[in-house]
Amino acid sequence: MTSAETYVTAAYCVIFGMVLLYVVLIALKLQRLQREVEKLAPKDEDG
Amino acid sequence: MSGHNGKVGRAHRIPLPTLAVATFVLVTLALALVFFVAPNDADQGFRQRIFYFHVSIAFTSYLCFGAGAWKALRHLWKRDPHADLESYVAVHQGVIFGALVLLTGTIWAKTSWGHWWVWSEDQLVLFLVLFLFYAAYFMLRYSVDPGPQRANMSAVYALFGVVLVPVSFMAIRLSQRLIHPQVFTRHGANFGGWILVTYLVAQAAVLVLAYTLYRVELTGKLIDARLRELRLA
Repeated sequence: MTSAETYVTAAYCVIFGMVLLYVVLIALKLQRLQREVEKLAPKDEDG
Repeated sequence: MSGHNGKVGRAHRIPLPTLAVATFVLVTLALALVFFVAPNDADQGFRQRIFYFHVSIAFTSYLCFGAGAWKALRHLWKRDPHADLESYVAVHQGVIFGALVLLTGTIWAKTSWGHWWVWSEDQLVLFLVLFLFYAAYFMLRYSVDPGPQRANMSAVYALFGVVLVPVSFMAIRLSQRLIHPQVFTRHGANFGGWILVTYLVAQAAVLVLAYTLYRVELTGKLIDARLRELRLA
């Protein structure tokens, strides 16, 4: 692999990695929200 | 926040799954064009392939900051109940894409100029200033308790920041040094053929990706806000 190929690969890996990290963080947040909805749901049924 | 009928957020014309599929198809197509179809640049060779996503991400970042300012204006002017969160999410997207511009830019700088960063280059420094300005938006926002005061201050800050976008964009044209390549002039793009087609597909892919991420994050924020209301009720 030439030096240029290494740098181009690194640039695209940075983009992919950062978007993936963002998606994972959003997914974790949505999981947390789902748990909170489940906690509130029985209260709603009781009320 | 919640709508009057208990729904979360406003209705969007394009469903999220459709956006996700469009993003996947466009990004895959763009990567295929970048690596298998677009020819090597006569001057820069293989390393020019960073350009397709670097420039697309930069324009998308500017657009996100612009959208954040537009929503901020709607918050201040029309008192649109969704505008504050929409402005926040757009600025957040802008900062994420801005970080990607800086990271891919430094990699391209290293392989093209032999340096990770050139402080004398106006375009680079002004983009860094723009990025840091919007990064500070979050410090301001989270230093104030949630409520109308936070929303108003954030909106004013987002509006001020957008002034830096044309300055950053024009810096490359005003600069006398011209180390940074100038790809768009008054006469159009400085390239054609497959390079132009690849760039346009990459630009579309990054725009759709940004819009999809915006919609996903906004949905999460709106559900979060609605849950907070329900807990207090």
